[in-house]
Amino acid sequence: MLAELTYSCPLQCPYCSNPLQLGKRTQELSTDDWLRVLGEARALGAAQLGLSGGEPLLRRDLEVIVAEARRLGYYTNLLTSGMGMDEARIAALRDAGLDHIQISFQADAAELNNRLAGSDSFRHKQRVARLVKAYDYPMVLNVVMHRHNLDRTREILDMAAALEADYLELANTQYYGWALLNRDYLLPTREQLEDAEALVQDYRRRLGERMKIYFVVPDYFENRPKPCMDGWGRVFLGIAPDGSALPCHAAASLPGLELPNVREHGIDWIWHESPAFNRFRGEDWMQAPCADCEERAGCFGGCHCQAWLLSGDACAADPVCSRSPAHEVVVQAVQRAAASRVEPHPLMRNTRNSAQLQNRTGDLQKETG
Amino acid sequence: MQACYAIAPGHRMQWEETRQGWVILYPEGMVALNDSAAETLRCCDGRTPLHAVVADLQSRYADSELENDVCALIAAALQDGWLRRR
Ligand code: SF4
Ligand code: SF4
Repeated sequence: MLAELTYSCPLQCPYCSNPLQLGKRTQELSTDDWLRVLGEARALGAAQLGLSGGEPLLRRDLEVIVAEARRLGYYTNLLTSGMGMDEARIAALRDAGLDHIQISFQADAAELNNRLAGSDSFRHKQRVARLVKAYDYPMVLNVVMHRHNLDRTREILDMAAALEADYLELANTQYYGWALLNRDYLLPTREQLEDAEALVQDYRRRLGERMKIYFVVPDYFENRPKPCMDGWGRVFLGIAPDGSALPCHAAASLPGLELPNVREHGIDWIWHESPAFNRFRGEDWMQAPCADCEERAGCFGGCHCQAWLLSGDACAADPVCSRSPAHEVVVQAVQRAAASRVEPHPLMRNTRNSAQLQNRTGDLQKETG
Repeated sequence: MQACYAIAPGHRMQWEETRQGWVILYPEGMVALNDSAAETLRCCDGRTPLHAVVADLQSRYADSELENDVCALIAAALQDGWLRRR
């Protein structure tokens, strides 16, 4: 289960996958709501708990939530930008039983990191990374990769090695939420990706077991979609800050999908009975070319949110798939990125831009598609 | 056989009520253990040398293959990173 505790965040990454409507803090679930939800999901067999956001450290009840999660037997993983972490906080979290911490970096150097994050955060992140080690946690660094930092892959790998990271995740941007809006700014070229991948191979060989490196190729550059969440309603349950239950990270963007809310329903009903979690369960929803495709058991038709965002039909094949009639959209976006020299400016993820987007008439679909 | 083993840092072994079985949890993943693997790994407390673990198990289950099975399990668990040599 992924608990998105708050959409508040001191950073403003333009690749953020949070929804464009960030919502208000006053709509966030209370501590008691979260504790109840944890108990209900655990009873159904959930064992992994990701605590994310926004920036989860902004919730002052984080320690209480962690302690209850641990008591229930969850494996707890904090996904943080590091902002709001200090020694007292990490000590309290460890006492509460937190199992694992993952820190995100934007780049290897202060200037680029801070420009991408829209805030002066780099040095603090480095201090937090050291604290994590000092408190006996494996150090897991996560860097979201895109056009503006892929050419720094070597430096990023060096930084992670210098910090003695145990794991480094180089995750290429997924184009949802703010990232989709900023796609032309973020999409890399194929050469950038290939160079980065070659470097990763080289460092893997040299560092061996000392630092494990993950490199996830963005699906835009492949011919088959990623199996979204390993199948709709099969393993993933996300809870948004306002209590909406999400069958997938980007589910809030799907029209006509009424997300059940934990304030009104128990997790048992939400998981087994709710229309939203049954919407794409199994294969009945499939149409051509997925319905009789021999690969459908492996990819489940790909991502429905991406199908909707790029083709206007959530039941269509994910346009990343070369069999999709809308595949051209993806091919063109990649070509456009390769050809463009002038760098468009990103729209930073913050509440001001979020409010402006909601006031603006016109369809985002048209701008981004 | 003198070495002591323990569940690796960042990993946790626990009983799962819903599955009625032992599992090892780690970041974003879980392995389900069969009964004999669970029994062996529960003896790996970081203080008991492996020969004592084997002797303990042998006293409870008369099984001539036991030592080989335990060694194979330990090797696999080390390889997968759930177990650490102390
Ligand atoms: S991606 Fe950046 S802006 Fe979005 S929640 Fe994470 S740290 Fe905050
Ligand atoms: S046609 Fe549909 S089921 Fe087949 S590979 Fe493409 S997305 Fe997957």
